[in-house]
Amino acid sequence: MKYLRFLLPLFIFLGLVGFLFQGLFLDPKEVPSPLINKPAPAFTLEQLEKPGTTIRREDMLGQVWLLNVFASWCAACREEHPLLVEFARMKMLPIYGLNYKDERAAGMKWLATFGNPYTASLYDRDGRVGIDFGVYGVPESFLIDAKGVIRYKQIGPFTPEAIQNKLIPLVLQLKKEQGNG
Amino acid sequence: MARGMALREVAIFCLALSLFLGLSTAAAKEAAPASADPVLEARMLKIAAELRCLVCQNQTIADSHADLAIDLRQQVRELLQKGMSDQQISDYMTARYGDFVLYRPPFKSSTVLLWVGPGLMLVGGLLVLVLVLRRRSRLPDDQFDAEEPPPP
Repeated sequence: MKYLRFLLPLFIFLGLVGFLFQGLFLDPKEVPSPLINKPAPAFTLEQLEKPGTTIRREDMLGQVWLLNVFASWCAACREEHPLLVEFARMKMLPIYGLNYKDERAAGMKWLATFGNPYTASLYDRDGRVGIDFGVYGVPESFLIDAKGVIRYKQIGPFTPEAIQNKLIPLVLQLKKEQGNG
Repeated sequence: MARGMALREVAIFCLALSLFLGLSTAAAKEAAPASADPVLEARMLKIAAELRCLVCQNQTIADSHADLAIDLRQQVRELLQKGMSDQQISDYMTARYGDFVLYRPPFKSSTVLLWVGPGLMLVGGLLVLVLVLRRRSRLPDDQFDAEEPPPP
């Protein structure tokens, strides 16, 4: 009991250290999305390459797919892009681009220059669909299951580790779910 | 000669000051209201002042010049024109960006420590203070160091 008086401040201090230590590993730029495990927001967007042809959310049901938000003005997208091109070659799932707040010509030129990993690209000129998806920085990616539910969000560029350790296992799991359901 | 130098310095100082003031008023004029309806604009700014800009996280959507903040201000304007209430708009934003977008986080199980923590610490501190003072008042006088020598 006598020791408690001296140990108590030490315990309080250690608790504080614990909180601060954990804080070192938190990234304030990574805001968890409330859309995880919620149905993807509805959208109807023109394709980037084919003005006049639209893709809707309903068109995508029945398959596991990845939505990658990109823009020609976004430097981090350029960093991420070769990884996506490489990942697309594995043909695990269709990848769709969301060309976010971009000029159509600039977006198309960008894909022509750096390679096009997308099955098709949606053209979000004014960023409204971006707002519905809670996009606040480019690039961002959403993994959407066969029922149209968002299952994973990558904030910022994919890294080889994120693709290998998070994306691929999750895609396999979702495909299995799709087979069972 | 010395007097002339001083005058010139004052002149330069005045010039610099007027340039600085001129620039700062020019910057202030930049934020012109984008909507013709001043009532709607005022409501929009009031709501935007409660929303965090996720690009520059220590600014509100009302303050920020980030692209996203401009878009979201426009979005708030349009939602207001649709007749949505302040609460509905704040729900709309949280559904997309999470509670983090609110400058006043809601009270729920994950934020209990945030809301109650400071109060608990205050009560705890006061409790310790009261205990220490009570114990001290019960101690005999000779337990304390005399601050000054007793009068002879």
